[in-house]
Amino acid sequence: MSLLETIFRQILNGLQSGSIYALVALGYSMVYGIITLLNFAHGDIIMVGAYLAWLAMARLALNPIFAVLVAVLGCTILGMAIEKVAYKPLRGSPRISLLITAIGVSYFLENAAQMIFGASSQSIPAIIKLRAITLGGVQIPGTALVTLLTAGASMAVLTILVNHTRMGRAMRAVSEDTGAAQLMGVNISTTISFTFALGSALAGIGSVLYSCAYPQANPTMGAMLGLKAFVAAVLGGIGSLPGAMVGGFAIGLAEAFVSAVGLSAWKDGVVFAILIVVLLVRPTGLLGKPMHEKV
Amino acid sequence: MNRLVPLPSRSLIPERDLDKLPILETRHLGIDFGGLNAVDDFTIAVGRTEICGLIGPNGAGKTTIFNLLTNVYRPTRGTILVDGYDTLGMSTHQVNKLGVARTFQNIRLFRDMTVEENVLVGLHNSMKYGVAESLFRFPSYWKQEKRAREKALELLSLFDMQDMASFQAGSLPYGAQRRLEMVRALATEPGILLLDEPAAGMNPSETAELMQNIKKVRDTFNIAVMLIEHDMSLVMGICEGIAVLNYGKIIAKGTPDEIKSNQAVIEAYLGRQEEGT
Repeated sequence: MSLLETIFRQILNGLQSGSIYALVALGYSMVYGIITLLNFAHGDIIMVGAYLAWLAMARLALNPIFAVLVAVLGCTILGMAIEKVAYKPLRGSPRISLLITAIGVSYFLENAAQMIFGASSQSIPAIIKLRAITLGGVQIPGTALVTLLTAGASMAVLTILVNHTRMGRAMRAVSEDTGAAQLMGVNISTTISFTFALGSALAGIGSVLYSCAYPQANPTMGAMLGLKAFVAAVLGGIGSLPGAMVGGFAIGLAEAFVSAVGLSAWKDGVVFAILIVVLLVRPTGLLGKPMHEKV
Repeated sequence: MNRLVPLPSRSLIPERDLDKLPILETRHLGIDFGGLNAVDDFTIAVGRTEICGLIGPNGAGKTTIFNLLTNVYRPTRGTILVDGYDTLGMSTHQVNKLGVARTFQNIRLFRDMTVEENVLVGLHNSMKYGVAESLFRFPSYWKQEKRAREKALELLSLFDMQDMASFQAGSLPYGAQRRLEMVRALATEPGILLLDEPAAGMNPSETAELMQNIKKVRDTFNIAVMLIEHDMSLVMGICEGIAVLNYGKIIAKGTPDEIKSNQAVIEAYLGRQEEGT
């Protein structure tokens, strides 16, 4: 393999995992934007999505398309349910209470999964059966192609929803000034619920794409993925949707290049080093706005 | 025309609105913060097309009353009727749907959104399409979005702001921001518009323009306007009825002329004459 080919290969790898990070980071960013909560249970929703895909395909022998639907719908409903049960009663409480609750929900999901499915990994049958295509002498694996296209399409749909629909405008209004939005007739509960649904649906899509790349489900798989997506959201500027996309791809590419130079053992370390550097140098992230205290 | 008539609740409304239900009525409204009676025994009625003023020294409880009327605060005592409906237990957005819209003392626009988008947020409840309709871009989505855009421009043109539609709200000059807040509130199709110090920070010519605008709003939409204001030229110039508040209690109610000559009001603003003599 020539050097150029290797570089191209690694860029492709980086974009593939980066697009998954971006999808998950979007959920972090949207929820943070609207209720200033770091929803640490968000990564575990992906784990549940992976188990749902496994259940649908390995146990119920459903068609992969139905498995994808089950995973995405299941994640959406789970996300909304978590908001209703765990976060809604705490509206108006100090932010730290919400944060601790989110960590609690995360542990709950991990342990519930361990209780139900056991601690060992379950292998997920191949969801996408697509032959690699050759582009200019370089092979592009089918999963990489589908992952990039799906993630790109999801982000495009999200951007349209947020910028050009009444619920999207309500979301942006609530994230900028909850009180004023409410006084203009925006129903806060519906808007927050909608935000969680959107974020969790993206996590569901992310979980399917992740399961294509790493076809295994285990109870703690969401923890590291969630943390890295969180770093991506912070890198891009938490609360900013374009930021989450940029951050996701940046983290994915950074990981790929660290592996490419033969330091794969340092992969995770580099991601968290990025977090430290961002927090030191530019705490608002690449595309985040300077913080201003709400009066 | 400017005659105020007492209602059974000892409130005053203009004669022309007499045969209609008041758009807003409060009975013995009160709220305590800790041991402090921030507002007590606040009883008023506002006619459907009345422009009325709420004045009083700083800290008298005026903004607190706006927060009570919009259910941002929950009253400790008393009743609020909007268009005849008791708003007890409703959430803020429901009270808005019932017909109460407001602006803020310190402007609270959605600064990162465009001028048009700010108005579209106000039109939130006049659009009904769901997520699926917007995702798959059904005709009903396009139709409603288009109608809302037209409506937004129409509302903006009321204050000659249609050319600013695509500007970022936060980048507008101060006066335009104040006008945009009014347009955004009007987009929610209120029966009564609450203006919290609309003339704050304005020079006399801007205040005169604001007075014209407030009258224009009332005459165009046939709605009531209630305003908190310290600028007496504005209050005395356009308000038909005025309530004066001091330490959370109404100390006088009446027409501008009655208020000007009211002894209790003069004392509240200037202190008692005898002191120091």
